[in-house]
Amino acid sequence: MKFLKFLFVGIFFGIVLVKSEAVSWYRIFEMFKFQSFHMYGIIGTAVGLGALFIFLLKKFKVKNIEGELIAIPNKNKSIARYLIGGSIFGLGWALAGACPGPMYILLGTGVFSMVLVILAAMLGTFVYGLLKNKLPH
Amino acid sequence: MDFLLQPWPWYITGPLIAITMLFLILFGKTFGMSSNLRTLCTISGADKYADFFKFDWKSQRWNLTVVLGAIIGGFIATQFLSNGTPIALSEATITDLQAFGFTNIGEKLVPDEIYSWDSILTLKGLAIIIVAGFLVGFGTRYAGGCTSGHAISGLSNLQLPSLIAVIGFFIGGLIMTHFILPLIF
Repeated sequence: MKFLKFLFVGIFFGIVLVKSEAVSWYRIFEMFKFQSFHMYGIIGTAVGLGALFIFLLKKFKVKNIEGELIAIPNKNKSIARYLIGGSIFGLGWALAGACPGPMYILLGTGVFSMVLVILAAMLGTFVYGLLKNKLPH
Repeated sequence: MDFLLQPWPWYITGPLIAITMLFLILFGKTFGMSSNLRTLCTISGADKYADFFKFDWKSQRWNLTVVLGAIIGGFIATQFLSNGTPIALSEATITDLQAFGFTNIGEKLVPDEIYSWDSILTLKGLAIIIVAGFLVGFGTRYAGGCTSGHAISGLSNLQLPSLIAVIGFFIGGLIMTHFILPLIF
């Protein structure tokens, strides 16, 4: 039962991303070509409202369902890992036209060849895990 | 109910994505899809090869459940909430893709030129798919997050590392779209 709420969040997320067309390769191409406001509108309103939510949750000391104060863990300070890792991801995002969320969602829409992308992404994650200590972070 | 079957505008879907994040925060979790790839590696036995994969994957079952839901959500959206409206891409985008030799632009969510089995079962097509997935998997873990974890959650929380990561996303994305895709297609 405790997992049911996460299933519903996932279903909601999947529906929203398909109906927004953010799962579309074409929309990602268009975004990186700066030829439409569509994706910037989605990300901009998501971040704007998201920032307001987090501000209000902290201001009013809202607790989560576990009874703990809302605290979002800070990410480690670094430039190299975010800039290099981010750029590598960006290359893949623009080629696949899908980031990790949409990969799964597209599988549900019937793009079964996405299984190969997911397997390749697992391989990429695995190789990162092997090389982690040798990379600048 | 007809508006539900049309594509939903950005000023509706952007806030709905923020609400997805809000629910996960209220449930005591964080919004991040790429970490599931690490969990799937561990389940597949990667913990025998690198310490990075030695963690209690069962603590991530909630996130795998979100993934399962997302797959179901994708199914529901296309089967019951769509009327086959083509994607309203800009004229400039359509012209650029026609120059690549793409056809039926925007009629499906993804182009047949990349995702149809006919395309994938060629050496070039298979290489595109494998390289793309590999870069996403390697890059997200190196950067410690993807669009959901950095661009949405991280920026909403005003975290500088996430801003640097998003700048990286655009460096890579712009290089691919403007310089490499024209060489491939």
